[in-house]
Amino acid sequence: MATIAPTKPLTGRRSAPLLKRKKMKSPYSFWFYLVPAILYAVLFLVPTFASFFFSLTRWTIFDATFIGFGNFVQFFQEPNLVQGLVNTFIYATVTSALKVVLGMLLGVLLTSQIIARGYLRSVVFFPVLVSTIGVGITFAVLMNPTKGLINEALATIGIQGPAWLTDPAWALLSVALVDVWKGVGLATVIYIAGIVSIPTEYFEAAKVDGAGAWKNFTQIILPLARPATVTVIILSLIGGLRSFDLIWSMTRGGPGFTSDVIASVIYKQYQAGFYGLSTAGNVILFLIVTLIILPLSAFLNRKEVY
Amino acid sequence: MLLHGKRRTAIALTASIGALALVLTGCSNSGGSTTADGKVALSFLTDNAPANVSLAEGLAKDFNASQDKITVKVETRPGGSDGDNIIKTRLATGEMTDIFLYNSGSLFQAIAPEKNLVDFTNESFADNVMDSMKPVVSVKDKLYGVPVGGAFAGAILYNKKVYKDLGLTVPLTWDQYNANNDKIKAAGKTAIIQTYKDTWTSQLDVLGDFANVLASDPDWATKYTENKAKYATDPVAMAGFEHLQEGFDKGYYNKDFGSATNTDGLRILATGEGVHYPMLTSAAASIIADYPDAAQDIGVFATPGDDPAGSALTTWFPNGLYVPAASKNVDAAKEFIAFAASTKGCDSETKAIGVTGPYLIKGCDLPADVPAYVGDLLPYFNKDGGTQPALEFLSPIKGPSLEQITVAVGSGITSAAEGAKQYDADVKKQAQQLGLSGW
Repeated sequence: MATIAPTKPLTGRRSAPLLKRKKMKSPYSFWFYLVPAILYAVLFLVPTFASFFFSLTRWTIFDATFIGFGNFVQFFQEPNLVQGLVNTFIYATVTSALKVVLGMLLGVLLTSQIIARGYLRSVVFFPVLVSTIGVGITFAVLMNPTKGLINEALATIGIQGPAWLTDPAWALLSVALVDVWKGVGLATVIYIAGIVSIPTEYFEAAKVDGAGAWKNFTQIILPLARPATVTVIILSLIGGLRSFDLIWSMTRGGPGFTSDVIASVIYKQYQAGFYGLSTAGNVILFLIVTLIILPLSAFLNRKEVY
Repeated sequence: MLLHGKRRTAIALTASIGALALVLTGCSNSGGSTTADGKVALSFLTDNAPANVSLAEGLAKDFNASQDKITVKVETRPGGSDGDNIIKTRLATGEMTDIFLYNSGSLFQAIAPEKNLVDFTNESFADNVMDSMKPVVSVKDKLYGVPVGGAFAGAILYNKKVYKDLGLTVPLTWDQYNANNDKIKAAGKTAIIQTYKDTWTSQLDVLGDFANVLASDPDWATKYTENKAKYATDPVAMAGFEHLQEGFDKGYYNKDFGSATNTDGLRILATGEGVHYPMLTSAAASIIADYPDAAQDIGVFATPGDDPAGSALTTWFPNGLYVPAASKNVDAAKEFIAFAASTKGCDSETKAIGVTGPYLIKGCDLPADVPAYVGDLLPYFNKDGGTQPALEFLSPIKGPSLEQITVAVGSGITSAAEGAKQYDADVKKQAQQLGLSGW
């Protein structure tokens, strides 16, 4: 497959003097590394292992009783966990699929010669910069079935909009759509970077061969933007699997349990004071994300040649 | 000025650990403080329900005016399970305000009072608390809280004006209630108001029905705590869930029940667009504040059951005021508590939000002119057996997911039987968390 050629000689040239310096004695003595090591241990290692311990206890914050794997058994018996798991996968798949498709289309559009390109690029990216909770609360108001702007606008053209966030069939999908609205800007930027880095020689050669816009897209952009696609899929899938803030600010997992995802199930257990149980849930979430992303990342990256 | 290598390392190590400690404890609270004018400054945390904020601010203002050594300042927190979490976390980390307002009963039991709160048993103001209140703010005969505000009920708020217009009478049984609902629906109004955006409001059909459960079995709460009585297997207890499903099936609810808030519900009731609202009666105080014209139109009746003589009223004890053991101003805080637990305290509360129900401080009588809904409550309180405490005052167990389950049942997502079964499982988890025997 392709090589992204220009980067190699550049880094090669620049790293040469660095390498020479490395052969001399390192100017940093061991205590220079001690501070980051302590910080890492206190802020990351200790909480991680503490959480593995607390996931094996019945923990009230005030005291903890060791109960072995009871929390994990309990967690898998949760009546709404299965629904939460299914919802998590639906949410992650829908959002990452839409982000790939829309992000690529917007990326192609915003790298072509159009009017106000710079302005449009910033407009597309703008939602990424806004606070997720703010977006959630705003859209919860806009999506109100009777008083919301969206349904009132639909009503003027004679369409009876659904009860976006309170209809069990729509709630999860509505949140996913807002997630796409908010996140597609990032996907677009990644695609723009990917498309811009394709050497123009390919397009020139294609032009000589008489290829049209469609051929350009399917034969050049699509395969050569593969690293961008991989990045977008992995980022949005991880984001989707552990998504919480938007769902919580828009539906709180409701109505009932219909838009619950793993993270909101865990949060509700934490809220309820089941600290051990929710810690066990987090350990499980950690394992699930790892189990999905590691093989997926290996699969998507396997054909890449740098 | 060369330092020996080892010593230099030691100094660096000490410095870095010191810096780290500074970073990690940077967020800690300074605790007790005095204001510029030499007064002791106390912080007072309340939930953000409008009535409770007014209540807390009224108490603080009158207390500050009554003496010149202490200033109390009110802070707010979210209500519901978010609030429970904040209370537990702040208590566990020693970051609680000097005084805080929180539920009495089962939620009070869940914050480990013996470990976290100041014992009031031997204070002079402890005698002002009525005996009926003491058990719900005590652990093993030690008093940790005093009541704030009046007792209230979980019942059905209704619009008296619409009742009069449609020629309806207050129902004594569930069948009569449904007959009324049919007539209201036929008249083009919302028969029952539901407001699931504030999920906690969905629980009232189940919680407010508890007096009917007790009427069928006076020992139900004890059996429930001992893992012997269940919602799913006891038809009387399951009735609350069935009522929710029935209301949905028969189309009694307002069209926007899924997205309406508690404030919306009270507005719909006050304007007469909707007629019945299963609610805590304390919520009616805000109708009087926001819709003074409708103040005399709002009435209350107990959640009806099967007894043709009418049901008892399911009542809630007032919230408590507590002082955390970690407070640096315990003595000053106790002075505030003494003020709140006196007739001066009730007067201040009445001034702030009006009368919402009988007070549980000795010597606090209700004025003659009470709002209509309080007038409807009093006959229940004055009758022998006219009131029954809610389940959370008789048992330490309340399942935390009830509000999501009742929303699902009331929205037609799950059936009543399924919902009751889910709630039993939820209760089991809570009982295990509390470490009760027999679970």
